[in-house]
Amino acid sequence: MAAHLALAEASRLAEISQAYERVARRRTLYTLSLLGLCVLSIFGGLFVADQANSGGFWTGLGKFFDYPAELFMGAYEEGLVGLFALVLQYLPYLIETVNIALVSTLLAFFLGGALSFVASRNLVSNRLAVAAMRRVMDIFRAFPEIVIALLLVLIFGPSPVAAVIAVTTHTIGALAKQFSEVNENCDLKAAEGIRSVGGNWLEQIRFGILPQVLPNFLSYTLLRLEVNVRASAILGFVGAGGLGAELKMVVDWNYGADILVIIFMLVLSITSIDYLSGWMRQKLIGQTGQV
Amino acid sequence: MTDTSALRGTSHHEEQRLDEQYPGVLGLDLKKRLLGPVLSLLVVVYLALCFFAFDVPGVMEKARGDMAQLFALDAYAHKVHAKYQFKKADQGFVVSLEGNRRAIYKEQPDWIEQSRGQSSILLGKDGVLHFADVVVTYTHPEFDEPFTFKVGDGVPQFIGGAEADWLKVSKTQVNARPSLYTRIWLTKSKVEVHRYFVGWENFWFDFDSKLNGLSAGQLMSLAFSSERLDPDVSNLRFMFNEFWMNSEWQHGEVYFALLQTLIMAVVGTLIAGILALPLAFAAAANVNPVRLARTGVRRFFDFLRGVDMLIWSLIFIRAFGLGPLSGIFAIFFTDTGTFGKLFSEAIENADKKQAEGVQATGASPVQKYRFGLFPQILPLFISQMLYYLESNTRSATVIGALGAGGIGLKLIETMRTRQDWENTLYLIFLIIVVVMMMDQLSGWLRRKLIEGQA
Repeated sequence: MAAHLALAEASRLAEISQAYERVARRRTLYTLSLLGLCVLSIFGGLFVADQANSGGFWTGLGKFFDYPAELFMGAYEEGLVGLFALVLQYLPYLIETVNIALVSTLLAFFLGGALSFVASRNLVSNRLAVAAMRRVMDIFRAFPEIVIALLLVLIFGPSPVAAVIAVTTHTIGALAKQFSEVNENCDLKAAEGIRSVGGNWLEQIRFGILPQVLPNFLSYTLLRLEVNVRASAILGFVGAGGLGAELKMVVDWNYGADILVIIFMLVLSITSIDYLSGWMRQKLIGQTGQV
Repeated sequence: MTDTSALRGTSHHEEQRLDEQYPGVLGLDLKKRLLGPVLSLLVVVYLALCFFAFDVPGVMEKARGDMAQLFALDAYAHKVHAKYQFKKADQGFVVSLEGNRRAIYKEQPDWIEQSRGQSSILLGKDGVLHFADVVVTYTHPEFDEPFTFKVGDGVPQFIGGAEADWLKVSKTQVNARPSLYTRIWLTKSKVEVHRYFVGWENFWFDFDSKLNGLSAGQLMSLAFSSERLDPDVSNLRFMFNEFWMNSEWQHGEVYFALLQTLIMAVVGTLIAGILALPLAFAAAANVNPVRLARTGVRRFFDFLRGVDMLIWSLIFIRAFGLGPLSGIFAIFFTDTGTFGKLFSEAIENADKKQAEGVQATGASPVQKYRFGLFPQILPLFISQMLYYLESNTRSATVIGALGAGGIGLKLIETMRTRQDWENTLYLIFLIIVVVMMMDQLSGWLRRKLIEGQA
């Protein structure tokens, strides 16, 4: 009897181990095929890209340090005093670039914040309105800033206004999506409490939801500020003002010292805004990067 | 504030009790109470300052609204020119697409009636233009008296009709734009009428292609007919070639450019992820005990990330030339820094109990991290990479416009010509669709790979 049971047990164990091996094999197969796909797309992509490039990879590799070396030579010839004068010369443009980013982030914070409440499923009962709002935000977000900036530069002429509108449009979409996700994760009890004492929808949002979500909103906005400083520098390249426009000019004229000074100023400001926003985010939500 | 009015009914005693129970709710201290209004005021003042610093009123005043209107019109409509030259009077009105000499319509459209010596052009809602002998008569529906001009003998002359703000008569020419869709242009050598029609002309096939102007039904029957248009290839193949090689819309080139942009995003993100993975372990405090090495790797990440994608792409375009290869390098240099930072933070936040459990069974250090740590952070890695894949599709378009090729460069080329606005609109549409598709795909994969696993 006992032997019989052990036999049954053993056959059952064998079955389990077989099933385990099947699953393990299948997962290994999935993993391997996924890795294979990655390797294939990397090498295939690199091959196509190398074909389409005007200069090749191997010839370019030797020249990689030529350009930085050229820039440093130019800076060396300029001397310390000359470099400092260049920093002062370009400082107003750096301030303009940072201003573009700050203004667009602020505008997008208010507009995106307002829109995000309409796009949250738990706050608005009309499913159609939520879905429509989300599609609108998807479209706003999908617009690369440079497309809007290019169009606006043609109409407004070279002006930071074009950059502000372009960056704001994209940021509204990006922030409103993240904000609405925050809204959907919030606790509705406070809003219900406001409703129970007769508060209307706006009052429920203002006193019930906003205090809960504001720290996360601000944290996402700070993250966005850093992204937008980079974006507004790039938009200068298509004529939307700021340090990018100056960088484009000196790159075209090949002024080594000027290029290096502008790069240095950009990197320094991006890095310091990065640190500053990281520090403030940590104070706001008391965690590292993740919300 | 609503709370004070709500409290009006409660007694003083009750108020005191509430204040003791919930300190700082009723009697908010002054600093906290002022924070909101002061911050709002600061923001408003800052925005107002920037409003004038950016010279918004001046920019708006100088804005070329008319240009914008014309771009918009050209983007969704096409223009047909009807031109009569006095030197070539025997040809009558020659009708062409956008005045292109290689795009002359063989058949006269139904809005032009020509007979011996006189012709009339129907302008839709803008009335009718008659041209007989040496007199152009334009009848506008809102004006009783027709506008008449004497032409053919030197400079055109305005001989009869009221004044209208859309009619400009100069010493050398007459220029009338009764609406956005119509333009009448008289000079000493020609009578020319431009009309706009909604739609993209020649989107599928070239103007002089055999297939141009055929309906969908006709094309279908052609595709499956045994009579070959070109004896060398099948009809379906021929139709595809004609579409793919369309010289104005350049479908083949556009889709190859789109592929290049996608390659930049996908390959750049993948390489960045693969490179960042080992580096992130080296930068994590719970894996690498050497503080100096850790700090070194971290500063390296900061350097890669701080030198923006813009600057990396400038450097790589110098080294590798214009093209997607430079784009791939710019993306993976920047994102190796970003991923390295994110991944190393994730590794540091991982639960060490599992790794200790694996170690307790006598596993080697590699096995400890492979089975104790890696499964915890893998979902996060994949999710971050998928997030960046979508954002890099947009970045690839942007650095493409700076010279890294792909759809961004195509877009900037069509914009520079300032004529092919229909092409520009088409490219913008394609970019938006691709970015939205990548967004959906990355969201779907994230749900599939990460939530499906849990």
